[in-house]
Amino acid sequence: MNIQAEIQAAVGAFCIQAVIDTQSGSCTVIVGPNGAGKTTLIHVLAGLIPLRKGKVVLAGQVVDNPARNIRVPPNHRPIALQTQPNLLFPHLNVIENVAFGARCSGLNTRLARQRAEKWLHKVGMADMANLFPTHLSSGQAQRVGLARAAACQPNILLLDEPLTSLDAETRTNMRHLLTDIKTTRVLITHDPIEIRLLADQLLVMEKGEIIQAGTPEEVAADPRTQWTAKLLDINLLTGTATGTEVTLNNGFILTTTTPLTGPVLITFPPTAVTLSTAEPHTSARNTWQAQVARIQPEGDRVRVILDTPIPCRVWVTLQAVNELRLNTGTRCWAALKASELTVRNA
Amino acid sequence: MSDRPAPKEPARQPPIIIVVIAAIAVAVLALPLIGLLQRTPWPSLGSTLGKASTLEALRVSVVVSILAATVSVVLGLPLAWVLARLSFRGRALVRAVVLLPMVLPPVVGGIALFFALGRRGLVGRALQNAFGVDTLIGTTAGAVIAAAFVSMPFFVITAEAGLRQLDPRLESAAATLGAGRWTVLRRITLPLLAPSLAAGATLSWARALGEFGATITFAGNHPGRTRTLPLAIAQANESAEPEAAIVMAVLLIGVSLVVLIGLRHRWITPYAHKPANSPQTSPS
Repeated sequence: MNIQAEIQAAVGAFCIQAVIDTQSGSCTVIVGPNGAGKTTLIHVLAGLIPLRKGKVVLAGQVVDNPARNIRVPPNHRPIALQTQPNLLFPHLNVIENVAFGARCSGLNTRLARQRAEKWLHKVGMADMANLFPTHLSSGQAQRVGLARAAACQPNILLLDEPLTSLDAETRTNMRHLLTDIKTTRVLITHDPIEIRLLADQLLVMEKGEIIQAGTPEEVAADPRTQWTAKLLDINLLTGTATGTEVTLNNGFILTTTTPLTGPVLITFPPTAVTLSTAEPHTSARNTWQAQVARIQPEGDRVRVILDTPIPCRVWVTLQAVNELRLNTGTRCWAALKASELTVRNA
Repeated sequence: MSDRPAPKEPARQPPIIIVVIAAIAVAVLALPLIGLLQRTPWPSLGSTLGKASTLEALRVSVVVSILAATVSVVLGLPLAWVLARLSFRGRALVRAVVLLPMVLPPVVGGIALFFALGRRGLVGRALQNAFGVDTLIGTTAGAVIAAAFVSMPFFVITAEAGLRQLDPRLESAAATLGAGRWTVLRRITLPLLAPSLAAGATLSWARALGEFGATITFAGNHPGRTRTLPLAIAQANESAEPEAAIVMAVLLIGVSLVVLIGLRHRWITPYAHKPANSPQTSPS
C-alpha cells in the first residue's frame, strides 16, 4: 500500500474527490478530459494543494490529515513531481536542474552531479548538460524535466504528461524508461498506448471525481463513458516482426506494409476491420475467423469486441449487425488491410 | 493563399520618424550636460578637485548614497515581497504611501522627516528617551535617512515588479523536488530576482546620490557629516564660486556615469538573455 488516500480538496470553486490505493512499485495512470482535475489530484498528493477532508498516506507516512491538523510540506514528502509545462529553472543549466533534487536531499555537489549525469544519460540528454533551458526544444526540456524528477529517486514519482512533446522514437525510449523505473508511479497521460503498456491501474476522472478504476483491460471492456470508450478504442497488439510479417504472441501471423525486425507494436483503428459471414475475397491481406465476445451499441454505431485469435475492437453500423446476425459467441470472418496497420519498434 | 504575394520582409531600416524623435530626446537630456562641460574650467580642474572640501563632499556623498541604497534594499525587499505576494486590505493605500516620496518635493520630505524624527518629533523624542539618541539632525545618519526616504521607492517598485514577473510555480516546483523554504529562497527566488534587485538597487543608489532637498532640510548642511556633493555644489554656486560648482558637478556626473555604465548589464539584461557559456545546438 504505497499510496492510500481519501481526498476531498478544492481550488476555488472546483472540487475534487477521490479514493486512491496503489501497490508499491506499481504504475497508476490517471486519464480524463481536460479540466477533469487530474493535475489537481497529483498536486494534492504532492502537497501543493491542501486537503479539505480525508487523509493521505504516502509510503506509510501520514502526510495529510486535516482532522488531526497534519499537513506535511512538499519537500518533506516521499515524492518528486514532474510538472506539466516543464518548469525548468531558467537560471540553472541542464545538469544543475537535474542535480537540484539530489542537492536538496543532502548530497554533496560531486555526488549530486554524478547522479544527474546518470539520469541525463538515461533520457539521452547527456551531451546537452551545459545548455540553459532557453536553448532547449520543448521535447528536450521535457526529458530534462523527467530526469530532474527521477533523479530525486523518490519513493513515489508523480508525472504530469511526461511524454507529450516527444517524437515517436524518443517517446518509445522514454516509455521504456518509465517501465524500468520500479518506484511507485502516478502518471497523467492521454496516450492510449501508454495507458495499455504502463498502467497497472487505470483511474478515469471526470468533473473532479474518479468515475472508474481498474486495469486498462477491465476499463476498456466496459467503459463507463463515451469519452473513455473513445480513448481506449485503439487496437494494440504486440509481436515479433520479420520483414513485413509479424508473428503475434499467440502465433498468428499478420502482414504489414512496414518492414521491421524484432519486437514491435501494432496499432489499428476500430474502423479498420470489416466483418462478413463468409470468407472474404477482398484485397485485404489479413483475414481470419473470429468469435464475437461482446456487442456494445453506442448511438448509431455498434462496438463489436472480438477475442481469439486477435483480440480487437471493431466499429460496425447497426445495419451490419442485423445483416450479419452478430451476437455474443457468433463466429464470423474478419478482414484487415495491411495498410491500415501502424507498426513500430517496441 | 498560395497565389498571394509573399508577405514583405520586415524593413531593415528603422522608421526615420522614430529615430528623429529619439535623437530629440537624447538632445533634451544631453544638451544641458554639454552646456556644463563647455563652461568647465578644464585648466583648474585638477586643483579644484584636489581641494579638501571637494574630497570631503565626495566622501560624504559616496558613504551616504551607499548606506541609503543598502537601507533601501534591506527594508525594501521584504516590503516588495509583501506587496507582491500577500493580498490584504489597504494594500493599495500602503503602495501609494510607499511611492509618495517619488512625487513629493524632496523639501516637503525633509520637513516631514523633521517633524517625525526631529528632537521634538513624534519618534525623535521617543528615540531620545529610549536610546539616548540626542538627535539625528546634523548627523550622517540623518543624511542617510533623508536619502533613503527619497530613494527606497525606486527599489521597492522595481523589486515588486520583478517578484510579480517571477512564476511562483517555479518555487513550488522546487518544493516538490525537496527544497525547503530557505533553499527555495536562496537557490530559486533570489537568483531569479537578481536582475530586478540589481536594477532597483542601482536606481535607488542613483537617486540617493543626487538627493538634495530632503537632506538639506532635515539633516542640514554640515561639512564632513551631511554636506554631500549636491549640497556643496549649491553652496559654491550661491557663494559666488561658480567654477567650483561646475567642477563638482562634473565630478558628480563622472561618478554617476561610471557606475551606471559599469552596472548596465545587471539592470537591463535579464538572466534569460545572457549568452549561454556553451554552444547553441539546434533542437532535435
